[in-house]
Amino acid sequence: MSDLDAFRAEIRAWLEENCPAEMREPARDEDDVCWGGRNFKFKNEAQKLWMERCAAKGYTVPEWPKPYGGAGLDPAQAKVWREEMNRIGARPPLSSFGIWMLGPALLKFGTEEQKVHYLNQIARGEIRWCQGYSEPGSGSDLVSLQTFGEDKGDHWVVNGSKIWTSYANKADWIFCLVRTDKANKYQGISFLLFDMTSPGVSTKPILLISGNSPFCETFFDNVTVPKHQIVGELNRGWDVAKYLLGHEREMISGAGGNDRLNTIGAFAKRNGLEDPILRAELAMFDVDALAFTAMGEKFLDEIKVGKAHPAQPNMMKYAGTEINKRRHELLMAAGGSAALEWESESSNGGSKARNWLRTKANSIEGGTSEVMLNVISKRILDLPGA
Amino acid sequence: MPLYHTEDQAMLADTARQFMADEGNIAKQLRHYRDINCKDGFGHGLWKQFAELGFTGILVAEADGGLGMGHVEAGIVLEEVGRNLTPSPFLTSSVMAATALGQASDELKGRYLPGLLAGDSVFAVAIDEGPKHRPERIACRAERAGNGFRLSGAKSFVVQGGSADMLVVAARTAGSDEDDAGITLFAVPKDAAGLSLENARLVDSSQAAHVKLDGVQLDADAVIGEVDGGRDVLNRVIRAGRVGAAAESVGVAQGSFDMTTTYLKQRKQFGKLIGEFQALQHRAAHLYSELEIARATVIKAQQLLDTGSEKADLMVSVAKAKAGKAAGLAVKEGVQMHGGIGMTDEYDIGLYMKRDRALAEFMGDLYYHADRVAKLSGY
Repeated sequence: MSDLDAFRAEIRAWLEENCPAEMREPARDEDDVCWGGRNFKFKNEAQKLWMERCAAKGYTVPEWPKPYGGAGLDPAQAKVWREEMNRIGARPPLSSFGIWMLGPALLKFGTEEQKVHYLNQIARGEIRWCQGYSEPGSGSDLVSLQTFGEDKGDHWVVNGSKIWTSYANKADWIFCLVRTDKANKYQGISFLLFDMTSPGVSTKPILLISGNSPFCETFFDNVTVPKHQIVGELNRGWDVAKYLLGHEREMISGAGGNDRLNTIGAFAKRNGLEDPILRAELAMFDVDALAFTAMGEKFLDEIKVGKAHPAQPNMMKYAGTEINKRRHELLMAAGGSAALEWESESSNGGSKARNWLRTKANSIEGGTSEVMLNVISKRILDLPGA
Repeated sequence: MPLYHTEDQAMLADTARQFMADEGNIAKQLRHYRDINCKDGFGHGLWKQFAELGFTGILVAEADGGLGMGHVEAGIVLEEVGRNLTPSPFLTSSVMAATALGQASDELKGRYLPGLLAGDSVFAVAIDEGPKHRPERIACRAERAGNGFRLSGAKSFVVQGGSADMLVVAARTAGSDEDDAGITLFAVPKDAAGLSLENARLVDSSQAAHVKLDGVQLDADAVIGEVDGGRDVLNRVIRAGRVGAAAESVGVAQGSFDMTTTYLKQRKQFGKLIGEFQALQHRAAHLYSELEIARATVIKAQQLLDTGSEKADLMVSVAKAKAGKAAGLAVKEGVQMHGGIGMTDEYDIGLYMKRDRALAEFMGDLYYHADRVAKLSGY
C-alpha cells in the first residue's frame, strides 16, 4: 500500500467515525452553512460537533501549516481529503472569508505574529471576517476607492464607506482597502484589519431581489486602526488586494465542489421530465457542468504546484459563475410553477426562487464576467491594448 | 492522480510536438497528399516515422512488443496530430484496432501486430452502418459456415477503410439488430473474397469507405475475443476511439485558436490592431475558457480509462461532447475573425474548420453524447 493509499484509509476511517450523518447532505442554502464567529448560532448540535472535531485535527483548513491551525497536508493529501469528503457528500465543516480569502493573503504577506494570531482564530471558527473592497463610486473600477486613513502617528483614523460588504452585520472583523496616499492611485492603498465593534463602524443591510440581505453598506466615521494591523507594506495594499482577489475568484467559481451537485437532469426528473426539449437542454447543461467539474479538479491540481497560469482564477470565475446561473435558470424551468413559491412551507421559504435570484450576483461580485474577460485578454492572451 | 502530465508524459509531448510540427505539418502532409489526389489521403513515409518513434505501439502491451502505455500517451500524439491536421491512420490503427487486437488470440496478434509496430500495416474499424454513429444497432450478420463464419451486410464511412490491410468488423452472430448481446468482432483481411469497398473522399480530404460484405468466408481463428460476447471488446474500442478523437479535437481547437490570436495581433483595420477591439477580445477570452475546460475533460477521461474506473464511460462521453463543442466554436470564430481570407483555400484556417466537422461526427457528435450523458445519469 502506498503512503497515499494508507493516508486515504486513515481519512476514510476518521470521516466514518467523526462526520455526523446530518452533515453528509449538501447544504440547501446559506442558512445551512457553518460560518463560525463570535455570534454564530449553530443550526444544530451536529454542525457544532463537526466543526469542532475538524478544527481539533486541523481539517477546517487542511492545507495550512500546523502552527497556524491547519493539518499541514501536501497537495496530493489535500486532494485525497477532498475526494473522501465528496465520496460521502460531507459538507465543509467551516466556511468563511477568513479561510477562502484572508487566510491565503496572510500566508503570503502576513508577519509571523499575524499568521499565528489571525490564522488560528480563523481555523477554529472564532472570528468571522468580512471584506471591505467595493465603494459606491468604485465597483469594477475598484482602484479608484476613496475611503481614507489619516496618519496619526501610531494609528490611522479611517473615514469613508464600503458597499456590497457580504455579511458585514454578522462579521467580527474586516479586511479593508483604505487609501493612505491620495497622490498615488495604485500605490496609495493599504490593506488594514480591524474589529467591527470599533467605535465609528456601522452597517446597514441592503435588501436584494432575492428578498434576503446578505450584503451591507458599511460606514466608517473616525475609526481608529492601530498601525500593527496593516498587512504588507504601507501603500502596497493593492498587491495584497489583487492576490486575495485571485482566491476570491477561485472561491466563487465553485472549483472543487461536490460533483453530485453538478448534474441536474436526474434531479429535475424527480418532478417529471416530460418535455423533450427541456431534457435536451438539461443534457447539454450537464455536459458543461461535468466538464467544469473536471476543470475545477485540474485547476486545483495545477495551482497548488504552480502549473496554472497566475491569472487562471479569472477564467475559473467567469466559467463557473456563468454555469451556475444557467443551472438555476434550468432548475426554475424544470420546477415549473412550484419553483415560483416565495413564501410557503413546501418550498422551504421559497428557496428555489431565492437561490435563482441570488446566482445573478455571481457574475458581478468579485469582478464581473466582463472584467474577467478583460483580464483573460490582457494577462493570458496578451492581446494588444487590453 | 493529478490532472496534468507526468515528467515522462511531458517529454513525450515535447517529442511529438516537435516531430509533428517538422514532419507532419499542413504543407508537407495534408496539402501535399490532397493536391496529388492520393487515394489513401496520407503518407506512408510519415507512418513509418511514427513507427520509428514508437508511436504505433503506444497502446500495444510490452509483452506484445509495444510500449504498454495508456490513453494519456496516445492522446498526447493525437493532440499534435490535431494541431497540425496531420493525416495518418494512427487513430484507427494504433488506438482503435490496437485496442481490439489487445483482446485477440496470440495467433491474431502474431499475424497483425508486427506490421502495425513497424508502420507497414494500416487497420480500420468497421462499426457503423449509416451516416450517424449508432453502435447500439448492428445488423451486419455472421453465420456459422464450415470451419468458421460467413459475413453479410454493409458498413458505412469506415475511416481509412480503403487503405487498410485489415478491417476489424463488428457483426451480429445472435439476436436482433438492437440487442446488446450477440456481437462478435472479426479481423477481416483486405483480400478476403466477397469484401468490396467504395472509397469516398470527405470534406476534410480524409478517406472513408463504404464496405460491402457479400458472404465473406472467414476461418474461426479470425474471431477477436469471444463469439457472441464481443460487445465488451467493442465498447473498449469505441471508448478508445472517442477519447482519442476528443484529444485530436483539442489539438484542432488549439491550432485554430493559436492561428486566430496571432492574426488578432497582426491585422490592422481602422488604424488599430483588430485584437484591440473589445468585441473580439471577449470572444477570444470566452473561447480560451471553453478550450481549457475541454482539455480538462479529455485528460480526466483518459486517466479514468487508464485506471479502469467505472466512471470512465460517462467522462469519455463528456469529453467527446465538450471537445467537439469547443473545437466547433474555435474553428467558427477562427474563420469569422480572419475575415475574407478565412474563406480562401490558400489560408489554413478553413482546413481546421473542415477537419473539425469530420472529427465532430466521428464516434458520435455532441448531440449523441449529450443524450448518452443524460441516459447514464438516469434521465
